[in-house]
Amino acid sequence: MAVRVPILRQGRTLIASIQEDLSDGDILELQSRVLEDVIRHRATGVIFDVSALDVLDSFGTRTLSDIAAAVQLRGARMVIVGIQPEVAFSMVLLGLTLADVPTALDLETGLAMLGRAA
Amino acid sequence: MMAGLGLAPEQTQRIERDGDVVAARQIGRHLAAEIGFSRPEQALIATAISELARNIVSYAERGTIAFATVERDLRQGIRIVAEDRGPGIPDLHAAMTDGFSTGNSLGLGLPGTQRIMDEFDIRSIPGEGVTVTVVKWKSR
Repeated sequence: MAVRVPILRQGRTLIASIQEDLSDGDILELQSRVLEDVIRHRATGVIFDVSALDVLDSFGTRTLSDIAAAVQLRGARMVIVGIQPEVAFSMVLLGLTLADVPTALDLETGLAMLGRAA
Repeated sequence: MMAGLGLAPEQTQRIERDGDVVAARQIGRHLAAEIGFSRPEQALIATAISELARNIVSYAERGTIAFATVERDLRQGIRIVAEDRGPGIPDLHAAMTDGFSTGNSLGLGLPGTQRIMDEFDIRSIPGEGVTVTVVKWKSR
């Protein structure tokens, strides 16, 4: 399967910037790639930028939450940034609140959050 | 198939793999935009379709999702029918309870979809499949 989400590196922070609607398979592929990169680069922080996504359903949300938990077990922290207002509204109605994963308005705020924690 | 523009009464997407889930929610969002739903409403509709389509892939392997524009009392809406010939759901009451899942999921798909949409109807004969019909009406 083609790599659909580039993972950029800035120091010891990884930035996965989702650019298009992903299938469940794409999300799972991204999950394993992020975890490999966290180990390979000894990353201390991961940012998931989902600002281009217009749907985040139960599978997507659960997988993001799984990734965050695994990243944390590696001693790094993950922040999800850029959840669109209408996506946030659908998530709440579905019962998905992502309570365990830090979120931030945008990439800049997310980086600042990770910087403070370091 | 009479795809697309405005007057086409109905279109159907086959659901067999996870790429079809993406296709289905894009068709639904596109139709919702054409009908004139707001962006938040489009997101709700696309999310509901995603949940229904994933249930087909996860539990029945294959099925269809049909999209139609509907009208009642001068009000327009979108109707989505998800249908499969899979194993069916033996206990519909349990399936509609938050947190109940027989698969590897959060169990929020069906009850969540019901919360998102204005009308929700689910029928299943064990061994013969599941049909879920949902409607969202445009807010006035």
